[in-house]
Amino acid sequence: MFRASPLPDKQTRTMLPFKRNRRQILPGFGLSMGYTVFYLSAIVIVPLATLVAGSFRIAPDLFVNTVTSPRVLASYRLSLSTALIAAMFNAFFGFLTAWTLVRYRFPGRKVLDALVDLPFALPTAVAGICFATLYSPVGWVGQFLGRFDIQLINAPSGIVIALIFIGFPFVVRTVQPVLAELEPEIEEAAHSLGASRWQAFRRILLPHIFPALLTGVTLSFARAIGEYGSVIFIAGNLPFRTEIAPLMIMSKLDQFDYDGAAAVALVLLLISFSMLLVLNSVQRWQEKAYR
Amino acid sequence: MAPVTVSISEPAFFLPVFNQYEETNKGNHIMNFTRFTRSQVTAGLLLFSGFFASAVQAAPANVTLLNVSYDPTRELYQAENAAFTSYWKQKTGQTVTINQSHGGSGKQARAVIDGLEADVVTLALAYDIDAIADSKLIATNWQQRLPQNSTPYTSTIVFVVRKGNPKHIRSWDDLVKPGTSVITPNPKTSGGARWNYLAAWGYKQKQTGSATQAKAFVKALYKNVPVLDTGARGSTLTFTQRGLGDVLIAWENEAHLVIREFGADKFEIVAPPVSILAEPPVAIVDRNVDRHGTRKVAEAYLNYLYTPQAQEIIARNSYRPRNITVFRKYASSFPNIRLFTIRELFGTWRQAQKTHFSDGGTFDQIYAP
Repeated sequence: MFRASPLPDKQTRTMLPFKRNRRQILPGFGLSMGYTVFYLSAIVIVPLATLVAGSFRIAPDLFVNTVTSPRVLASYRLSLSTALIAAMFNAFFGFLTAWTLVRYRFPGRKVLDALVDLPFALPTAVAGICFATLYSPVGWVGQFLGRFDIQLINAPSGIVIALIFIGFPFVVRTVQPVLAELEPEIEEAAHSLGASRWQAFRRILLPHIFPALLTGVTLSFARAIGEYGSVIFIAGNLPFRTEIAPLMIMSKLDQFDYDGAAAVALVLLLISFSMLLVLNSVQRWQEKAYR
Repeated sequence: MAPVTVSISEPAFFLPVFNQYEETNKGNHIMNFTRFTRSQVTAGLLLFSGFFASAVQAAPANVTLLNVSYDPTRELYQAENAAFTSYWKQKTGQTVTINQSHGGSGKQARAVIDGLEADVVTLALAYDIDAIADSKLIATNWQQRLPQNSTPYTSTIVFVVRKGNPKHIRSWDDLVKPGTSVITPNPKTSGGARWNYLAAWGYKQKQTGSATQAKAFVKALYKNVPVLDTGARGSTLTFTQRGLGDVLIAWENEAHLVIREFGADKFEIVAPPVSILAEPPVAIVDRNVDRHGTRKVAEAYLNYLYTPQAQEIIARNSYRPRNITVFRKYASSFPNIRLFTIRELFGTWRQAQKTHFSDGGTFDQIYAP
């Protein structure tokens, strides 16, 4: 079952002189695997299993009624669509930021680089409050936008703004190291062989970057689906319009409806998990295709 | 069933995080053992042992209580705790330290159900304490154990408008006018919001005698709500800091807080002619006090809230005192509003919760497309 990669392939293994071919060349497999399993169990598997077990106790029809009620469905739709839009924004601007930070040398680059991580460190509620204040009708940006009758907060667009903020570093931080490893000489070679700028980007750069970019986008998307703290300040939280799925869970909990909350949470978990699975396999397929 | 804790914590805005204990008695001085000479240490030990011996003789052990409360009572209980501490010290010689925890009422109830070691709970509405009683932590007859439905203070629901009252808001009917923007939190997540909702509903039902018309009225009212914050404080900030809305529906005490914090030159309070009598109840958490051995002091603490001294503090914090004499003394700060009780129109809190705020209840219905 547990086979790690530094094993000789099938053929050589059968040719090995002794039978103890299960042993790893790299020592410490048992110990490190044990820790991995323990750690994953304690951090991820056990808490999520509790959730699954908890939702098994709900009567099936109640479960179905809860998760298919129009209001819950609307919240799933909203959470997924805003998370996806935010991830797309981040794909573009995160890539651009990574590119700028890696390829150009300019004063203040280190500071900009450090700023990228701030959304990780800042409590998301603080970010939500800042955005809500900034974009409110009396805020700096809100006042300006108000002149054109645009109101971004208390609408789905507000949610997207918050989600862009919290997901942004994922894309930058995954693309950046890959981009840094890629020598500019490769592109120069492409140019000298007659490739246009676009061709060099499309044929040389993008294939290298793509898996990392996809990872970043996936992370930012996954993070956005579950985000609560920043969104509630900026969304408006109106039923059917700007109520995100995590808020549905919270409001069920506040009504002491643990079962309903578990049901909504479980379905959200399943959606996220299957989307991550799909994105991961796309990524693997991409990696293979370009190798 | 075992609660599944999906812990997504709601931040308390700029205030400290929920369930953070605030020591009201700053009596703990931790000794700083840096560099002492031997004689100093000996002298210190002698002194300390002497002090200890006398302390054991003079007073019983110190005692600590945890009061788990809802959001806007922070200032009220800070004052009450200090007063009770000195009262109890005088009466028994015992030093009592009362820690406070504040947050949304429903969340606080859930924290107690999930094991927060509260000795007393002082929440926004009876339903939240009922929920704790359902998990066997509190006797089911808790509301009969203390005078006046176990509510030592009451409040009501009023309006806060911008200075000069530009939209001329006088009564509930003005809130449903087209073009009036109303700020109130989400009744699903906020105890205060449930009082707001029932106040509006009750006003119309009393006026017309028809629940159908009351429902249409709240539907029209919530059409004018551009944002539903998750808690009462959130709505206050939306209205005051973000400049959203023409009118904020709020606890009377919260409305006074707005005036104190932001100034009477920016906002004013409008008292509607009719509103609801909000009764935030208090109770001892039986299982916890018996385990901690704090029943006696916890009971004394809650009973103390009914004394004239405590009622004065209540009045000064803009809650309505139960004590008639104290109420008369502060009558000028409490406008004359015709108040109806929840019992009068909605039955018990359990019934009100089921009809209006449970899934599929009237609140869900008015938002159904």
